[in-house]
Amino acid sequence: MRLFSWRFIRVWQRNRDVFFRLWHSEAPGFIAEPIIILLAMGVGLGAYVGLVDGQEYIEFIAPGIIASYAMFSASFECTYGSFVRMEYQKTYDAIIATPLNVEDVTAGEIIWGATRSFMTGTVILVIAAAFQLVHSPWAVLIPAVSFLEGIMFAAIALLFTSIVPAIYSFNYYFTLFITPMFFFSGVFFPLSSFPQIVQALSWVAPLTPVVHLTRALVNGEFHAYLLGALALIITLTTLFFSLSLFTMRRRLAI
Amino acid sequence: MSSIKTKDLTKKFKDLLAVDSVNLEVQEGECFGLLGPNGAGKTSLIRMITAVSLPTKGDIWVLGNNLKTHSRQVKAIMGVVPQVDNLDEDLTVLQNLMTFARYFNIPKDEAYRRSMELLNLLELENKRNSHIRELSGGMKRRLLLVRGLINLPKILILDEPTIGLDPQAKYLVWHKLKELKSQGVTQLLCTQNMEEATALCDRVAIMHQGKILSLDSPQELISRYVGNEVWEIEVDPDERSMIVKELENRRLDFEDIVNKIHIFHIESYESLTGLKNFASKLRQRSATLEDVFFRLTGRSLLE
Repeated sequence: MRLFSWRFIRVWQRNRDVFFRLWHSEAPGFIAEPIIILLAMGVGLGAYVGLVDGQEYIEFIAPGIIASYAMFSASFECTYGSFVRMEYQKTYDAIIATPLNVEDVTAGEIIWGATRSFMTGTVILVIAAAFQLVHSPWAVLIPAVSFLEGIMFAAIALLFTSIVPAIYSFNYYFTLFITPMFFFSGVFFPLSSFPQIVQALSWVAPLTPVVHLTRALVNGEFHAYLLGALALIITLTTLFFSLSLFTMRRRLAI
Repeated sequence: MSSIKTKDLTKKFKDLLAVDSVNLEVQEGECFGLLGPNGAGKTSLIRMITAVSLPTKGDIWVLGNNLKTHSRQVKAIMGVVPQVDNLDEDLTVLQNLMTFARYFNIPKDEAYRRSMELLNLLELENKRNSHIRELSGGMKRRLLLVRGLINLPKILILDEPTIGLDPQAKYLVWHKLKELKSQGVTQLLCTQNMEEATALCDRVAIMHQGKILSLDSPQELISRYVGNEVWEIEVDPDERSMIVKELENRRLDFEDIVNKIHIFHIESYESLTGLKNFASKLRQRSATLEDVFFRLTGRSLLE
């Protein structure tokens, strides 16, 4: 396997420049939508939900909304976004004829996807803080968690992108992978009431450890199992990052 | 030193041998033409030489550097003008050039200076703030050339650089390429345009089914395979067999195409004396690289 070099930053800069030229078309999705979900579920549905420890429902879901929308950002960026750049605009073909190689492009795309997660996570954190839903100074670490989470989801997404034949294939990715995680990773309800099998599945879903970690940082309540969660995130990130370096070379350098 | 050298260069796709043990040597400062029908393997060859695709077998050296170990260094001194338009549609014309320059680590003000200069040369300066989708096909091709020159390459790889250009733009591009040659820039030019190859190339390789069939200067290829002039007979179907028989009797080198016959390698006009009695529509024209191309690669469609 070949490794990437510092030159990946050039791809990141290219994506950053494009994003800040067009950001107003992306902002509603990633800022307005989480606010709507937070208010609709938290205030609307929350009026009917009583939590055991007297916590408000909106407080319970806020950390999960941060983690989920950070996931969505990296996932959209490195599926539809990367696929359009790769197949329709042939942007990567042009780049790999310069001193950059396929691995630099791959790393640049993943780190850019992670940057999108970082921005989304940070913005929602600030909004949550404005609604007084953040109770611990440890929450300042959340942007870093969102960034790490972003690397993981960007790498998984780009791996998928590097093997799909057409853009329609992403429907499967979102319907069968991303959306189920949004509902079964402990964002909206604890999973303790579900059968063992669902709980087990939920624990291997990459969003679950992120939700737990984010929730702990928002509330300032830590448990030993969070170290396991962090280890799981790092392991999955390393695994999928390495795999995507390999599959992207196979796709582009034929 | 040779600028580009390949040894046993081979590219195999699943069940297709696209490039078959090609050995070629491009000299420094020369314009080397690569001619061949669609599917001959030209683009596969170029993709390997530009280090975007790995050879199945064989080696490539660029200015003495093996591409297997020095691809970044080689790509830094190469300019590539691809056949497919892969301009960055998310950026404007000037941003395309500035972003591309950044891939080569060219400082910002230097990149700006070069961009403006090159845009001027190819008469695109008024379009610098346009979006790519607002450009015509011809402007896009010119912009691809500008982009390929942004790193002041020592070697320029051109895949059909003037395809789809109007005559004015075509001559502008040719002029620029000749000027670059006089500055010592080596050029590898892949083209289907025989006029272009004749006008620009010092040497031409004719490629067919993954192999190089013949390699020489355009003039040398013409005199070797065709002779300096071609005699063309327009043939009516009912007189065809008679004319063919007469040409055979005279031991002439000719090619029988559906409604035309071409006669090559005329050494003396004596061999044509009295031929008018058989073929009324006989006329002479000068031989071109296209005649060579047809003689070597055949007339049937290959795809």
